[in-house]
Amino acid sequence: MSGKVTLVVHSGDMDKIYSALIIGNGALSMGMDVSMFFTFWGLQRLIKGALEKGPLSRMNLLGLGKWMLKQKMKKAGVASLQKLLRDFVELGGKILACDMTMKVMGIKKEDLRDDLISKYCAVGTYIKEARESDITLFI
Amino acid sequence: MAEIKVDCINETCPVPLVETRKAIRKALKGDIVEVVGNHSSSKEEIPMAVKAMGLKLLSVEEEDGVWRIRIQK
Repeated sequence: MSGKVTLVVHSGDMDKIYSALIIGNGALSMGMDVSMFFTFWGLQRLIKGALEKGPLSRMNLLGLGKWMLKQKMKKAGVASLQKLLRDFVELGGKILACDMTMKVMGIKKEDLRDDLISKYCAVGTYIKEARESDITLFI
Repeated sequence: MAEIKVDCINETCPVPLVETRKAIRKALKGDIVEVVGNHSSSKEEIPMAVKAMGLKLLSVEEEDGVWRIRIQK
């Protein structure tokens, strides 16, 4: 049993980046192939130093809600986004970066964590990957 | 045949599953991976991953909330 998962990471919210990376790592750990297609606000999280910088999707309260959630997560022993992203790549997960978002937002290759990115591409690649997948999610 | 130990005490989702997978990837065929942890869902889910990857689940034991899972690659 193998299979494949393709995730669209559209949101740059911290909690949604967590969900995406947890699902991605979970699928790799269960023996599946995984591609994550980062676009729009999601792609901004791949800018150097920006991974943990997203707000919460709800109850951010100008950062206070995020701070409180981070304290609770630390207490509960939740892994950092850095660890989850490193593990994702180590387990063979593919990170795809949307080149249209780069153009629109003026993001250059050298602004991004290029060492982690497998490919710079567009919707055609997402559809090709999604078509081969058993599971695809838009986050 | 080597034995690889993975300590996931006090780790939570998805770390026990991920660390188990990382150890399995590094193991050679025939090696044994032993994972110890106390995240309750992982006790059910690591065997699911073992089955999905067609590996051999040697044992699952639990004592005082700490489980020990042994897998052969």
